[in-house]
Amino acid sequence: MKRLFPILGVVTAALLVYALYMALIGAPTEQTMGNVQRIFYYHVPSAWTAFVLFFVNFGASLVYLVKRKAAADMVALVSAEVGVVFCTVVLVTGPIWARPVWGIWWTWDMRLTSTLVLWLIYVSYLFLRRFSSSGETPTLAAALAVLGALCVPFVYFSIWFFRTQHPQPVMGGGGSIDPRMLHVLLINWLAFSCFAFLVCWSRYRLEKLQREVDQAHALESLMAPRGSVR
Amino acid sequence: MKGNNAYLLAAYALTWIIHITYLATIVSRYSQLKREIDSLRKNK
Amino acid sequence: MSAPAGITRVTLLKDLRLEWRSKDASNSMLFFSLLVVVVFSFSFDPSADESRQIAGGLIWVAFLFAAVVALNQTWAREIRNQVLDAYRVSPAPANSLFLAKAVGNFIFVSVLEALMTPLFIAFYRLRSIGPAWQLLVVAVLGTWALVVNGTFFAAMSLRTRSREIMLPLLLFPISLPAILAMVQATTAILNGEGARFWMTLLVTYDLVFTTVCLLLFETVLHAE
Repeated sequence: MKRLFPILGVVTAALLVYALYMALIGAPTEQTMGNVQRIFYYHVPSAWTAFVLFFVNFGASLVYLVKRKAAADMVALVSAEVGVVFCTVVLVTGPIWARPVWGIWWTWDMRLTSTLVLWLIYVSYLFLRRFSSSGETPTLAAALAVLGALCVPFVYFSIWFFRTQHPQPVMGGGGSIDPRMLHVLLINWLAFSCFAFLVCWSRYRLEKLQREVDQAHALESLMAPRGSVR
Repeated sequence: MKGNNAYLLAAYALTWIIHITYLATIVSRYSQLKREIDSLRKNK
Repeated sequence: MSAPAGITRVTLLKDLRLEWRSKDASNSMLFFSLLVVVVFSFSFDPSADESRQIAGGLIWVAFLFAAVVALNQTWAREIRNQVLDAYRVSPAPANSLFLAKAVGNFIFVSVLEALMTPLFIAFYRLRSIGPAWQLLVVAVLGTWALVVNGTFFAAMSLRTRSREIMLPLLLFPISLPAILAMVQATTAILNGEGARFWMTLLVTYDLVFTTVCLLLFETVLHAE
């Protein structure tokens, strides 16, 4: 298992470099927006990756509520954290794309707005994990994760309808996409998915180590002879 | 159009800055914890 | 009357009686609501025509403030008297407790809203083009959406650090679709437009979240 990590690391790095090359050079230049449109190849895959990670968080939280396995709780934590990181990338690249194209930093575009709400929900999840007392954290977090995940369809429907009532510039183009661009988009998604997996794995290992250390500390204070504190 | 390339660069650069920053925190916390658990094992 | 419903009713009546007796908390809440309306009126001073466009948003933000303060209050008393531990040990189903708390909060927040609304109407010279009864329906649905989640999150935040900020921190993001719906519905009705989609969304939201909160409350209550 341990040897798999560096192998995957090399493969992922290669994929990312190739995907970057394709995004910057391989993909055709868009007619109206020019080179700035290439931000699309980072913006959209990051959004898709974040959604997948949040879905994993939902699944892991359900598993925890039913089975109470620590591993499920750790997967939930890791997927939420990494999901928030990818979400942040979406929220940063979005305005950077919007500004030169539409002259405004923010559009109440469906993807951008939904991503903002998702980001808020999962950041609040991370706050709950940090602020709750450690005994009850996994259960409370799992409950919040379920509520948050159930909220997602409502987020999409409400923003979709709101946008049809108040039309805004659509990022990424509403219509069909050039097949060469789709190809580059998917390559970038594959590369970022592998990258996300590696980041999650690293964070998982960190969490496991953290819990070992915490347990070791707890054990130590139990074993300490009475009257003496280390 | 030239100015727009600056936005493209900014977007890609910021993406990687965000990812690398997060990875750096993981790595630094990991090495810190490794030292801690080694010292705990030694003291046993 | 079945046992769970009976427990709900008893708990609810107890809470209402306590609220009525502890006039301090209620009075300060009422005054707070008045203050919120006045502050908003000073901050946003639209003409009568414009007011119909923004009143929906303003009123609901004001209600949201009042709801958060009210929700924080209601569990505080339970903690002080360690009532929660008693509930956890008792064989009463957790759902009944949750429902009682949620309905109690709903009544409390509704009273505050009922007091704030005439003030808003007066200060903003509001006149609804659409039927007023529809506004009442939106008010009920919207308030329930905030209260059912708020009661759940208030229970979750009980043993967290910074308990009072945790409630809005958790409540606001998840309530965003509902808030959008209540504001849009209110604005649509005030301007004589259809609010069918938003009302449907609110009803669905209420049903889904009430169900899930009822299902998960037991787990949350016994989380340790």
